[in-house]
Amino acid sequence: MTRQAKSCARSVRGCVLAFAIGFAVSLGGCSVPAQEGGGPDLAVILAQSPAPKLADYGLFLDAAATEPAARVLGYDLINPLFSDHATKTRLVFVPEGARAQYVETDVLSLPVGSVLIKSFGYAQTSRIETRLLIHKASGWVGYPYVWNDDQTEAHYAPIGAKRDVEITSPLGEVLSFQYAVPNQNQCKTCHQAGDDITPIGPKARNLGSDQIALWSGVGLLSGAPQDIAEMPSIAVSQGTLDARARAYLDINCAHCHKSDGAASNSGLWLGWEEESAVKLGIGKHPTAAGRGAGALSRVIEPGQPGQSILSFRMASAEAGVAMPELGRRIVDKEGLDLINQWIGELPND
Amino acid sequence: MTVRSTLLGAGFAGLLVACGGTETPVAPSEQASVPALPHVRTVTIPADDSFVEQLQTALITAQEGDTITLPEGTFSLTDGLSLDVDRVTLVGAGQGKTVLSFKGQEGAGEGLLVTSDDVVLTGFTMQDTAGDGIKSKGADRITYQNLTVEWTGGPLATNGAYGVYPVESTDVLVDQVTVRGASDAGIYVGQSRNIIVRSSLVEYNVAGIEIENSIGADVFDNVAENNTGGILVFDLPDLPQVGGHSTRIFQNKIINNNTDNFAPPGNIVGTVPSGSGVMVLANNNVHVFDNELANNRTAHVLLAAYQDPFEDERYNPLPRNVVIRDNTYSGGGDDPQSIMAELAAALGGSLPPIVWDGVTRWGGGAPQDVNLVLAEDESIGFLSLGLGAYPLDPAAMAPTPERPAATPVDEPAPIVIGHDTAS
Repeated sequence: MTRQAKSCARSVRGCVLAFAIGFAVSLGGCSVPAQEGGGPDLAVILAQSPAPKLADYGLFLDAAATEPAARVLGYDLINPLFSDHATKTRLVFVPEGARAQYVETDVLSLPVGSVLIKSFGYAQTSRIETRLLIHKASGWVGYPYVWNDDQTEAHYAPIGAKRDVEITSPLGEVLSFQYAVPNQNQCKTCHQAGDDITPIGPKARNLGSDQIALWSGVGLLSGAPQDIAEMPSIAVSQGTLDARARAYLDINCAHCHKSDGAASNSGLWLGWEEESAVKLGIGKHPTAAGRGAGALSRVIEPGQPGQSILSFRMASAEAGVAMPELGRRIVDKEGLDLINQWIGELPND
Repeated sequence: MTVRSTLLGAGFAGLLVACGGTETPVAPSEQASVPALPHVRTVTIPADDSFVEQLQTALITAQEGDTITLPEGTFSLTDGLSLDVDRVTLVGAGQGKTVLSFKGQEGAGEGLLVTSDDVVLTGFTMQDTAGDGIKSKGADRITYQNLTVEWTGGPLATNGAYGVYPVESTDVLVDQVTVRGASDAGIYVGQSRNIIVRSSLVEYNVAGIEIENSIGADVFDNVAENNTGGILVFDLPDLPQVGGHSTRIFQNKIINNNTDNFAPPGNIVGTVPSGSGVMVLANNNVHVFDNELANNRTAHVLLAAYQDPFEDERYNPLPRNVVIRDNTYSGGGDDPQSIMAELAAALGGSLPPIVWDGVTRWGGGAPQDVNLVLAEDESIGFLSLGLGAYPLDPAAMAPTPERPAATPVDEPAPIVIGHDTAS
C-alpha cells in the first residue's frame, strides 16, 4: 500500500485508541450527559424501512456526522478492500446491554441492533457516501447514503450515485474517473452469504490483537482469547509473499469467490483458508468468464502472471472484464504488482 | 469530542469541491403506506427522462408480488440493473417494443441480475450489454418469456458471454426467447435442476443453447440457426455442481450452424468446431430425437470427451448413455472445421452425420462402457474416431463406421415446472 494510506491508517488507529479511552471512561460509571439528538435510536435502526437521512439514526451527534454518539466506536482493518483509493472510515455501534461474540475465522458475531458505518471520500474532494450495514431482527441489510455537496447531510440513495472525481494516486498519477456509489442491491452482491447478507471486514484476524483487546475492554465484545492470529499487513510488507498475496485475495476477492458468495458458481474460491490449488485458480479453466478471460485459458498459470486470467482481470478497468465487478473503476497497481509477483514465484510443476 | 471529530476529519478535511454527476435519488414515497401482504401492486415506469432512475428504484425497493411495467420505447442505460425481491414480474410492451440499450455500459457484469425467487421477466429487449445479458443466480422458479437479448454489431468476440444465464437455480423456464450474438452461449443454463428451454430462437451465437452441469432439462421446439454450434450439453470439472445428466433435446430445428467460432480464446466453447449441430460433452443420459438437422458443415451430432487433465474425483469426462434416434439429417459434414478438419482430412475430408471421438478411458484407467445408443436408420452414417484416450494423438486414431453395442436407456420423464402453465 501507500505512504498516504499508511499514514492515514496510523492516524485512524491513533484516533481509535484515543477515542476508546473516552469511551471506556463513559462506560466506567460516569453518567453520560444527555446528548444532542439523543444518541442511537434503536427504533429507527430496527425499523423495516431505511430512514431518509443518515442523521435520523442518531449514530452521530451532528447531522454532518463528524461526532460519533456514545457506543459508536471507530475501527480500522489491517488490510482494507481496494476502493479506488478512497479514504474510508469505519465505525461500529453495538446496542447498550449487548456484546459481539468472538469468532475465530469468520466475521465477529454482532448482535441484532448493531450497525457498521463506513464512509468513503477523498481528501482532495469530500465525503461522497456513507454505507450502513444494519443487523435487523430479520438479518443484515445494507443502505447507501449519499452526501450533499455542502457536506451537511447524507440522504438515503437506494440506486446509488455517480460522482466525477479527480485525485492524485499514491503513485503520483492524476486520475480522473467517475466514482460509483453502489446501489442497495449491489450491497448484497459483495455482502452475500447464501441467501443472507453478512459483514465482510470485521474479522478478528483482520482487526488484530490490539483492536480485539480494545473491543473487549470497552465492553463491545466477549469471548476473545488473548492471542489472535493476525493477517499480515500488506501495507507494511509483513509476512511472506504468499501470505500477503493470500491476504490480498481474501479481502479483495473472497467475499464473492467463496462457496456461498455471489461468484460461487465459478468454483474459484479465494478465501484465506482455501487449500485446494484448483479452487484457488491454479491451472483452473475459466467457467463463465467470456471475454473476461482475454485470450487466456487458466485463472493462474504458475510462474506466468502474463498468462493468468486473474492478473488480466485485475489489470483491466473495463466493465465486463474488470474484477472486482463492483466498487472499482481504476486499477489497483500496487495490488496487481503483489499478485503478479506471487504468481511469478509460484512453482510450475 | 475533539478526538471523535478528528476521526472523521482526518480523512475528509480539505477543500469542498462541487461534484458533478447525478442528483441523489429519493425513494418512492408510497412505500410506507402500502400493506405488506397480501400484495398486488403495479408500478408503471414512465417513458420520460426519469425512466432509468425510476426503473432502478422500482427494482430495488420492490415489494413481494409487485408487477413493474415498462413502457414502449428505447431507453439507454449505463449501469446494470438488479432485482433481489421474490415474486416480482417485470413486463415490457413486447420484444422490440421496449428496448433497454446498454451500449457503453460502465458498470456491473451483466445487464440485469436476478437473485430472488419466483420472478417473471417478459416482453422486452436487452441490447449490447458489456457482459452477460440477463443473469439469474440462485433464482428458483424463474420465467424468461418473450424476451430478446442481442448484440447489435453481429457476432463479435467483444460481445457479452451469455444472453440468458440462469445458474444454480431450480425450476427454470425459458420460453419464446430470442438471443443473437452471444460470444459464448445464447441461452446458457448452468448448475441447475429441472429446466425447460422451448420455442426459442438462437442465432449468431457461439453456442445457441447450452445446458451445462445441470440435471433434468427438456430442450424442444427451438430454432438454432447460424450459430457456431447449435445445441450443447456439457459437463465440466471443478465446479460446485458436477455430474450433469438427464437431458432431452427434441423437436428442434438445428440448421446452418456454420458461423466461425468467435468465442474469446480460453473459454470451453472456443473448442466447438464451427458447423456443429448437437454436441454432447461428458454428460450422462442425453436423448436427442425428432430434431431436424440440416447443413451443419462439420457434423450434425458430435459426441466427445473432456480433453484436459483434471483432479476432480466426482467427474466423469465421457459422454455416456446417449440416445440418438428419429432425427432427420440433410446436407452438412462436407466442410469440417478446426480440429475436426485435421482428423477428417485423413478420412477423405468429410464426416457423416454422427461422429464420436471414440474415447473410453482417462487418466490411465481402464476402458469404460459408454453405452451410446445410435438408433438411427442404417442409412445414417456414423463414425467413431477411435481415439481411445486424450491427449489427442492423430496417430492413435482408429476410425470405424461400426456403431458400438449398446443397451436401451430409459428416457427421463418429461420435465414439469409448477409455474409453467404449458407443462
